[in-house]
Amino acid sequence: MWKKPRLVPDNTRIKFMRGRFMGLIVSAILSTASVVLFFYPGLNLGIDFAGGVVMEVRTPGPADFGAIRAALAAENVGTQGVQRFGDASEVLIRLGAQPSETATQAEVTRVKAALDKAEPGSKVLRTDAVGASVSAELFRNGLLALGISLVMILVYIWFRFEWQFAVGAVVTLILDVTKAIGFLALTRIEFDLVMVAAILTILGYSTNDKVVVYDRVRENLRKYKTMPLRDLIDLSINETLNRTLGTSMTVFIASLPLALFGGESISGFAWVMLFGIVVGTSSSIFIAAPILLFLGEHRLRRDAAAVVTAKPLPKASSRPGTP
Amino acid sequence: MMYFSRLKTWLILGACLLGALLCLPNLFAAPVAWLPWRTVHLGLDLRGGSYLLLEVDMKAVIKERLDGLLDGVRQALRPGSIFYATLEAQPDQNRVLLRLRNPAQTDAAVAALKPLISPEGPTNVPDMAIDTTPDGQVLLTLSPVALKARALGAVQQSIEIVRRRIDESGVLDPQITQQGDDRIVVQLPGIGDPERIKTLLGKTAHMTFRLVDETANANTPGAVAPPGDEFLAMQDNPQQKIGVRKRVDVDGGDLTDARAGTNSQTGEWVVNFTFNSVGARRFADISRANVNHRFAIVLDDKVISAPVIREAITGGRGQISGSFTAASANDLAVLLRAGALPAPLTVVEERSVGPELGADSIRAGAMSLAIGFVMVIGFMGAFYGLFGWFANAALVVNLVLMLAVMSLLEATLTLPGMAGILLTLGMAVDANILINERIREETRNGRPPLAALEAGFTRAYSTIFDSNATAFLAHVMLFAFGSGPVRGFAVTITVGIATSLFTAWMLTRLLVSKWYAAHRPLLLPV
Repeated sequence: MWKKPRLVPDNTRIKFMRGRFMGLIVSAILSTASVVLFFYPGLNLGIDFAGGVVMEVRTPGPADFGAIRAALAAENVGTQGVQRFGDASEVLIRLGAQPSETATQAEVTRVKAALDKAEPGSKVLRTDAVGASVSAELFRNGLLALGISLVMILVYIWFRFEWQFAVGAVVTLILDVTKAIGFLALTRIEFDLVMVAAILTILGYSTNDKVVVYDRVRENLRKYKTMPLRDLIDLSINETLNRTLGTSMTVFIASLPLALFGGESISGFAWVMLFGIVVGTSSSIFIAAPILLFLGEHRLRRDAAAVVTAKPLPKASSRPGTP
Repeated sequence: MMYFSRLKTWLILGACLLGALLCLPNLFAAPVAWLPWRTVHLGLDLRGGSYLLLEVDMKAVIKERLDGLLDGVRQALRPGSIFYATLEAQPDQNRVLLRLRNPAQTDAAVAALKPLISPEGPTNVPDMAIDTTPDGQVLLTLSPVALKARALGAVQQSIEIVRRRIDESGVLDPQITQQGDDRIVVQLPGIGDPERIKTLLGKTAHMTFRLVDETANANTPGAVAPPGDEFLAMQDNPQQKIGVRKRVDVDGGDLTDARAGTNSQTGEWVVNFTFNSVGARRFADISRANVNHRFAIVLDDKVISAPVIREAITGGRGQISGSFTAASANDLAVLLRAGALPAPLTVVEERSVGPELGADSIRAGAMSLAIGFVMVIGFMGAFYGLFGWFANAALVVNLVLMLAVMSLLEATLTLPGMAGILLTLGMAVDANILINERIREETRNGRPPLAALEAGFTRAYSTIFDSNATAFLAHVMLFAFGSGPVRGFAVTITVGIATSLFTAWMLTRLLVSKWYAAHRPLLLPV
């Protein structure tokens, strides 16, 4: 029979926990850098959160940017940018937030008037105008969704596993999310509602990945009652390595076409997803597992040992492949 | 675990078949009208259209209520000869302040004002409270319940008027819904440039007919309007002002019809209107008493025209002229027919997408979806062989079931939603990867094929459940707090997680069990 390829060979015995300090240090540095990037230069807030107007325009021929800028200036429109978007006849016009909603709407009308003068026959393909009150609300809701999701994940994992697992997962997730935000700040990809969706999806995906490793740790804790936690975590990661990489691979190759061909409005989302998949997968191994080791080194094992001493079952110690 | 009763087999296959049937409405129109024909809707970002979020100006609603209250107070105090030094509305505190000349009359004033209180809302609580201070101040404060009821009334009435205006303008199936306490969502499919609709909704269109005060010299700089008058600008020349009585003789609410037309003599565009019986009678009385005087037609505090009354107008019909174009005459007619908004509306959020861009997005989304799908299928086939193809079959069914559930829910497919489908496909195979890896592991641990299958499915189950539950929770949150296209994303992912659990756990297991029963292999090809 044809030999199927494997992402990693079976029976790997990589000592992941040897690199635990390295992993945590690298992660801490990256996350700290991300926090710094978050404040300086900061996120490139899209109009969902900053308020303002974005208009996408298609001109009949190649766009004459000078004429458009001049006409906009003549109409007294304070733009934040007039730039090419996609091909040569597509123009993206950005306007900053206005003090009131009525003023925002008036600006939209003025832009249309200016376009009629500078590029007669041009078409407005898309208009997004968000007032200040709405943008503040959208931002608050986005943060709320993020916060509540984290709390629910914490509670769920706590409920299904032990608290050490839940804390390990949530700390790792926070580190993941900060890195995604750092990535956004660095690449200047616009941070809008869709990005909140991307971050929540990364959160979901990353948790999923952690749960699979944790699940194996939980199973092995029952199976190998005397194995040191450190070896046990290494074993669990090795056993699930093919699955971890396999799933990241499928999600990665599913997101890749979106980043490449999904069009301007969705490709940013897809790039953040791709970044998140890499971060989420590596953090399961190098962050979530070490945290579990630190938190559980004595507690998880001692409890188990206590059970064994209290009720010495016949042949209770390591017997691989319990039925 | 690997045994399926005949009933169970048919149920699983039946569910898949039902899913396929439910997808059909998306492919062609209903052959007969009585069939429940539910389809997935395309979001405005894909089909082109406008989304407008309007906010009802609640301050104006309160102010109007307080102004009405001021009138009521004046009338209530007049018969008892109760004089006051101040009478003012304080909209920020939702109250009317009354300072009496003679504090001794406080009790009499309260007694006179008592009848102004009326019960409001389903619980019949008084709509305001009257408080007094020893130095002769009387405060009429609107109760929070009354304010809430009034706000709700204003929003509901606004929705009704907005609907009428949009219907009159000829937009096909608009969706108008309330959001929160004071907002209205208007969705206009197919309208890439909502400028005209925004103009139509931007006016309260409160029309009044009032007499002109010729004695007031409105155009002298610094002139103050005489009591009972106000200076209003002319619509087509805002510099020119005109003195108009505050007293409203006939209200636009008394109109029954308004149509654009042309004047038979001048040929210019006009709006012809008809009053109801009350309006017709009042208009006749006023015009009879004021022949050779001017009256003003006022729309939202601007004078459209101020013609001279030549003779008594008794037929209840009239004509408004005022340098209209065909379009502006038509729009005014629409506004008058639909009625006045209780308060001004502001557009706080606008998202409009032209049909061209929508088509581009569909093309880009569909292409990404196709490429991603093929790549995932290729990966599974290459890395897991036969069991990978079982997973791929489940993946196709998963796509069908997702579409079926979304059709059943009549969910909206947006561009982020398409991204969601793709991500779901990537994540859905996770369950199969877990199962396949587990079976492989059990085989390597020396289990015979059937036992390895049993153990693989059983042990992967809790992992699959836990890992999907957390992702599910995160996306439910996104649905709860997200808006617009992002909600579309959350819907596709939550639906996808649910259907993928079914296909991975039920369908793949069924396929594997039937395959095993047919071949009884000695070695599993994992």
